[in-house]
Amino acid sequence: MKIKVGIPRALLYYYYYPLWCSFLQFLGAEVIPSAPTNKSILSRGLQRAGDDICLPVKLAFGHILALAPKVDCLFLPRLISVARREYICPKFLGFPDMVRQSLDGLPPVIDADIDLYRSGRSLWPAFLRAGRMLNSNRWRIYHAYRRALGVQKRYAALLTAGWLPEEAIAAVLGGRGNRPEQADKNKPVVAVIGHPYNIYDSYINMNLLPRLRAAGLKPVTADALAEETLWREVSVLPKQLFWTLSRRMVGAAFHYLRDPRVTGIIHITSFACGPDSMTGELIERRIRREGQMPFLNLTLDEHTGEAGLLTRLEAFLDMVQRRGRSFLPSIGGEEFVGEKETVLSALIPSAVGGR
Amino acid sequence: MKVTFPHMGHTWICLLAMLEYLGLEVVVPPPSSKRTLNLGVKYAPEFACLPLKLNLGNFLEAAEMGADTVLMAGGCGPCRFGYYAQIEHAILRDLGCRYQLVVLEPPRRHIGELLAKIKYITGQNSWWKVIQGIRFGYLKARALDELEMAAHRLRPREAVPGSTDRAFQEALQVIASVRTPAGMPEALNRTREIMFSVAVKPRPVLRVGIVGEIYTLLEPFVNQDIERRLGRLGVEVDRSIYLSEWINDHLFMGLLRGMRSRREACRAAAPYLNHGVGGHGQETVGSTVLYARAGYDGVIQLLPFTCMPEIVAHSILPRLNIPTLTLTMDEQSGEAGLITRLEAFVDLLEQRKAGLKKKGLAQGA
Repeated sequence: MKIKVGIPRALLYYYYYPLWCSFLQFLGAEVIPSAPTNKSILSRGLQRAGDDICLPVKLAFGHILALAPKVDCLFLPRLISVARREYICPKFLGFPDMVRQSLDGLPPVIDADIDLYRSGRSLWPAFLRAGRMLNSNRWRIYHAYRRALGVQKRYAALLTAGWLPEEAIAAVLGGRGNRPEQADKNKPVVAVIGHPYNIYDSYINMNLLPRLRAAGLKPVTADALAEETLWREVSVLPKQLFWTLSRRMVGAAFHYLRDPRVTGIIHITSFACGPDSMTGELIERRIRREGQMPFLNLTLDEHTGEAGLLTRLEAFLDMVQRRGRSFLPSIGGEEFVGEKETVLSALIPSAVGGR
Repeated sequence: MKVTFPHMGHTWICLLAMLEYLGLEVVVPPPSSKRTLNLGVKYAPEFACLPLKLNLGNFLEAAEMGADTVLMAGGCGPCRFGYYAQIEHAILRDLGCRYQLVVLEPPRRHIGELLAKIKYITGQNSWWKVIQGIRFGYLKARALDELEMAAHRLRPREAVPGSTDRAFQEALQVIASVRTPAGMPEALNRTREIMFSVAVKPRPVLRVGIVGEIYTLLEPFVNQDIERRLGRLGVEVDRSIYLSEWINDHLFMGLLRGMRSRREACRAAAPYLNHGVGGHGQETVGSTVLYARAGYDGVIQLLPFTCMPEIVAHSILPRLNIPTLTLTMDEQSGEAGLITRLEAFVDLLEQRKAGLKKKGLAQGA
């Protein structure tokens, strides 16, 4: 019988699920992701996580609780660092320990350390450890690892081409490869800046991306930009940021701020997010100083009401429309995203060179 | 060049001593107060942690006094402190406050980066003099910590209420007024005499460890003088972080032996928290374990609202075999709420201790 490994649909699921899933599948495990976020997942997470913890981690607790009875073990790697000299956030460093100490009756946890802080190169030790926990031999683990990296590379390329994570995951893992939403090529663009687990979880942000599409806009995120572009943009900062996700967000915001096709920027953060409190300030100050771009700062928490969010979104869209700069027909036929062919290297950690 | 720096408890005494010894003009900002906090809250990002807001307030108040250069420490994450200086500088610049910013960062490529900054601040002084200055600052930190430990021990046992605090303030003045390293031994003797003169009455006390984030631990304005309040409730406190230990761990790389070190605490944190989480998260868990082993009656964790490393630690503390109380500090913290919670916690600890004693007697018989 195949061993069932559960992966919560939370936190960096949106970046690394194809890598983890295909690795585990190649080793002969059956991978079970948790269901998309719903009310019961959220409320179970809220009950069991500490009050001060940020919403995404509470949500991850809920996903783990929903998964626990269905699987033989949980895959919760400790994401210390996915790029050289950068961390993600303290909560990711302590996440497996928080889970273990706060929740009882969990199945065994596979918690290999993913740490590229020093070398920025190889993920191999982490995967070897994870594979060992599944009682596989070195040779098979290596093969599964190489093939999983290939899958992740295809996935990253799709994201860079403007696919949303759920669509791209279905394409690379399920083979259903119909390119979604080709029609929005000439639509005005709105940049959505935020952590992947806030902008891609449509329950928690109340369908923000579909709503923007329905309003006739094309949402773009940091993931549609090449890593080189993001690095170039953040090089104006007085000091390099040491949070990977926040660095990407700042880079994307600075890039879209000067892109003539972008008609507005939405910054999404979760209540009490530490890194966002700093980088949000950097982004907002820069946008205000230049004074041209409509900007909406949305803070999500478990009490966010739909009506309040809609009112603010409508006001923002009115502002975008009134400024007029937007709804020009797109100039020329070229694709909005310039770096279509470049691979999103941050999502393939082994490809990230030292900086 | 008029140098200023942010407040953190009694740190100003050490920094002032060091910088004045090197012949610099120093502007010590007024002690953190309600006004400092209001200034900081007004201009800092809403969800920034409390230390950033107070730092900003300190800088704004120092600017009113004519300071033009800020001396700050840096860091390389994942705690937000590593980016404080840059955010504060951006805010000050938008407010029209022209500060020269000198951030002492852990060097990324070469030790020369750090040395160049020290040279910029210290100017014509020789390296030998700079080292002497640092040593002078450190000696003061040691003396202050010794004072604080004595006060922690005396407060719950003092015969006349308030006598410890009076002695402590007097001794603090003695340390603060020393101008040269040569004056330190004599000052130490004076302060010891002062502290020994406090009359004590032997009585049973509770022992409580205070753990958490360094700024909230060291700054009495932020923790609302929690050590004094606990002392008055008959509790002998020990703090998991003292300034001199921090200096030894982080600036001298643990070179000085015979001091409590963070390594011990980090080792004790396993298997509960197996990896550092930035800030003092792992130390908080580890110190709590150590306090439990040492037979303390309880532990109080202090953190500023939204502090990431301490939140991780907070979710682990309930698993450790010792009663804990977590107090989150922010600009809304009220005095009455704190007192009520402290009294309730101390009552619980007393009952628990009495219960344990009874059980122990029953088992013994």
